[in-house]
Amino acid sequence: MAALVDTLLQRSLDDLIKSLRSQPTLESSIISRSISEIRREIRSTNPLTKSTALQKLSYLSSLHFLDISWSSFHSLELLPSPSFTFKRLAYLSASLSFHPSSDLLLLATNQLRKDLSPSSPSPVISLALDFLSLTASPDLARDLTPEIHSLLSSPNPSIRTKATATALRIFTRYPDSVRVAFKRLVDNIDSSAAIGVFCELSASDPKPYLPLAPDFYRLLVGSKNNWILIKVLKIFARLAPLEPRLARRIVDPVCEHLRRSNAKSLVLECARTVALSLADYDEAVRLVVEKVGEFLASEDDANLRYLGLHVLSMLGPRHSWAVEMNKELVIKSLCDPDANIRREALLLIMEMLFESNVVDISILLVSFASKSMPNPEFCNDILEAVLSACGRNVYELVMDFDWYVGLLGQMSRNPHCAKGDEIERQLVDIGLRVKDVRPELVCIARDLLIDPTLLGNSSIHRILSAAAWVSGEYAEFSRNPLELLEALLQPRTNLLPTSVSAVYIQAVFKVLTFCFCSYFERLESGHMLSSLGNPIAGTGCQEESDASTVVFGKGDNAAVGNLNNTGAIGCKPDSLSGSVNLDEQFTHASVLRMLNLIETAMVPLSNWGVVEIQDRALSVLCLIHMLQRFQVWNRDEEGLRKDGRVSEFANLMAGVFNQELGPVSANSQKRVSVPDGLILKENLADLTAVIGEEVNVSVSASTSFFHRKHHNGETGEETKILTESTSLLSEHRKRHELYYLPAGKDEAQSNDYPPANDPQLPVSQCGASEDLVELDDQPLLSRHRKPTKPRPVVVKLDDVDVRENSAPESTVDLKDDLLSGAVCDVLLGNEDNKPTKTQKKSAKSQRRKKDRPTYVEPASASQLRESGNLVHVELGSSSSKISRHGHSKEKQSSSQGIEDNEDGSQKNLTNSQHHYRKHKHRQDRDALPNLLPQTPVIQDFLL
Amino acid sequence: MINFVLLFSRQGKVRLTKWYSPYSQKERSKVIRELSGAILSRGPKLCKFVEWRGCKVVYRRYASLYFCMCIDSEDNELEILEIIHFFVEILDRYFGSVCELDLIFNFHKAYYILDEILIAGELQESSKKTIARLIAAQDSLVETAKEQANSISNVIAQATK
Repeated sequence: MAALVDTLLQRSLDDLIKSLRSQPTLESSIISRSISEIRREIRSTNPLTKSTALQKLSYLSSLHFLDISWSSFHSLELLPSPSFTFKRLAYLSASLSFHPSSDLLLLATNQLRKDLSPSSPSPVISLALDFLSLTASPDLARDLTPEIHSLLSSPNPSIRTKATATALRIFTRYPDSVRVAFKRLVDNIDSSAAIGVFCELSASDPKPYLPLAPDFYRLLVGSKNNWILIKVLKIFARLAPLEPRLARRIVDPVCEHLRRSNAKSLVLECARTVALSLADYDEAVRLVVEKVGEFLASEDDANLRYLGLHVLSMLGPRHSWAVEMNKELVIKSLCDPDANIRREALLLIMEMLFESNVVDISILLVSFASKSMPNPEFCNDILEAVLSACGRNVYELVMDFDWYVGLLGQMSRNPHCAKGDEIERQLVDIGLRVKDVRPELVCIARDLLIDPTLLGNSSIHRILSAAAWVSGEYAEFSRNPLELLEALLQPRTNLLPTSVSAVYIQAVFKVLTFCFCSYFERLESGHMLSSLGNPIAGTGCQEESDASTVVFGKGDNAAVGNLNNTGAIGCKPDSLSGSVNLDEQFTHASVLRMLNLIETAMVPLSNWGVVEIQDRALSVLCLIHMLQRFQVWNRDEEGLRKDGRVSEFANLMAGVFNQELGPVSANSQKRVSVPDGLILKENLADLTAVIGEEVNVSVSASTSFFHRKHHNGETGEETKILTESTSLLSEHRKRHELYYLPAGKDEAQSNDYPPANDPQLPVSQCGASEDLVELDDQPLLSRHRKPTKPRPVVVKLDDVDVRENSAPESTVDLKDDLLSGAVCDVLLGNEDNKPTKTQKKSAKSQRRKKDRPTYVEPASASQLRESGNLVHVELGSSSSKISRHGHSKEKQSSSQGIEDNEDGSQKNLTNSQHHYRKHKHRQDRDALPNLLPQTPVIQDFLL
Repeated sequence: MINFVLLFSRQGKVRLTKWYSPYSQKERSKVIRELSGAILSRGPKLCKFVEWRGCKVVYRRYASLYFCMCIDSEDNELEILEIIHFFVEILDRYFGSVCELDLIFNFHKAYYILDEILIAGELQESSKKTIARLIAAQDSLVETAKEQANSISNVIAQATK
């Protein structure tokens, strides 16, 4: 009675939904209240109460995302109910609460077995199958395999369909079930569910399904159901690469579908199949391109535009003409309102990049990126795509580096540019690797550095850092070093982060050294001329030089005074900002002014809080003070020239930065051979003592840029601060010689750091010329090709830069392996593991198998040699067996003389044994030369 | 293969979910959050495909409801659009111009219908007529069960238990 009352008072599903909808704000409290109700009701023995509780729970689970795994046992309790209503609810809530990993699933086995028995009403069977297809665990799959097997031949088509789909789950969870049930699956091959199963199975490993190709082919030409056709096409797309004869066979029906079908989905699938597996067949590809053109041109359907681009990119670089044909539409897609379409178009364009068109396309894209203002994200996608495409495999696409660095500069000026890191890396990298581009690179860097507005954009600070480094390192290419210095020292540089400022200061140091040295060089070389041709200038200089001495350490106004004073010796007052000939630039006055400028800027930095900056600023100041100590500044240029100390110092300074930096291989450390005396495995406990007195050498984060600073000390006794660390290091070295690598040849020359890698000039040069040769036979996408100058040498490191192209080996996991193995066994009729049932199919294959030995003849091997197929004989026992088999067929077929049977391919598809054989013979004869050794069995089953 | 089917309203409220690939409860709610956000933010004229975690999500909007299906990257998007439409047509036929409320109050029926169209992530039946017949068969079984339960003898048996 209590149960009845419970039932009467229970809130129904509708009540729950209504209360939830009427008070949306109280949702969580209503849910928690009803959950506690449900927990009570669900224990009821009355099936009505229980089922209503489960129904409410299912509602909450599916619409409000409640975890109801706790209720799975209660749904199991309701499963055996004789009433269909309750059973259906129980299955629904079970399918929502169970997971294939649930332990409780085993409890359902018996009930499922009962519901799956052919005597149950078909709706009950279908409920059980639905449930099983969702939750099949390996145990459940094993236990219920017999039931599925018998349902696969159920007279009710819908039950058969469901059983077929469920079989997929059973197979994947319990591969041994394939041996029992696979044949019946093959019998059902005409149903869309079975094709779906084969499609899924062939996705992981298509090879075992090759023997079914005739059946699939029959569906391909015969089926009117688009859903089935799509799946069959998918299967063929996977099978065709395994068996070249298949591709030849299916290309016509596929083209037929492409031409005839009105269903866009089928056309799409045909197009994809062609792109994936039939790309060799020009006619098919042309047809696809035509269809894709229609897709792309459909103004009102974004779906088709998207898919059209997708198919084009599947056709790949090999059929770049397809893109060329639809060029305008593709480029138009870059402005599509849909971000997905834009991205797809960009991907497509990037795939079509060759040496011949990289210039045109990159320019187009970069200028497009700067135009697509409202869309910073896409603009950066474009920049990234261009950067990665051009930088790929050590800039293999870039022939004209002057152009490319210009492009990098243009990218940097894009207001949305957020790819500073990559641009920075490439600017420096190109500087290191490509010698010929350095003048242009410096020029680009100057343009970037000199623009004060760029300093305000924090996203390109990294680029400025690269620009500063480049112009410091390659200062000799600068057209106007003084202007460069001004740019590096401009007041707005205080907006830069410290790491970049440090690079700036180091660049100043390098430029200063360069200017100073070239000034003296000029003095030395110009001596003869000046002493003969212009004696007056010398005297004039002497008069003015008194004024010059005052200048040092007095700041800007003094510098201006100096400038005015020295006008007499031929220095143009405005030479600092005009672009002038290098020789004219380095006058006595301009160098003086430069020193003052730098000193003024460096003094505040030398007290900077950050060590990186302070350190470098002090180095620069130190150099300047040292120069000031030469009293000869008082005198004229002539005096400077004559002073031995000055020229000696100039030479020393010139040596500081003269060693070229090269790209450093990441593996260079590994290549250092271990010296004889060094025992690496020894206990290094005593090292702690060494480390204890470790010198404090500050190594900046961006070591690669500055490390040579530490060598300065060796060159001049004045730069004490600089030498400190070096001297400590060498002292350290003396004391702990054991732990250092022996001094190499390079080290003896100038510094502690041997060049990591010698540029392999001869190799690269040869590579470049090869590139040029290749360029001529390259299929060109762009119509006009600019006359290219020979590609400059790009330094490559053999171990890092050469990418390994080996594709990752496809690893089929164990389960798939088992599955494919089982399928192979079943389809090829291995007798050992076969189930007792003998289907028509298996009987056929058995018969064929038995027949084989009678064909074998001793002469086979020699005949095979005649047909040029020696390879296959050597490929091991299985393939040789097959080859013999093939040969015997050949013999037989020639005796039968079926040459006239060439055209009746479709007729031969009938299942009659006779036709089958005849056709097979012809196939074997045709395709013997390109037999795949790995797929020995297929030929028997082929059409 | 279809990994899951998802129905949600314009407000992002979930109306139906069916998972053909195993996802844990946590993953499920994450998936729904991510996808409903990504799909609801897309305009009406854009393409109906979203690439998501290596899969493709195909969606279609009917009135205030979004029907989404997540498929493998190799699958055919247009086919899925057709399947979605097929599902909607059957719902429409069954409920008689279906609306969101139908799917809320009869959420279980929506599941039963979906189970007749898709199984294990594959389309099982492409004929509307057959599906209508199968669902009618189920409903008639429910009716007979109800009649049995309401018969006087049954009520007495329940009451005296």
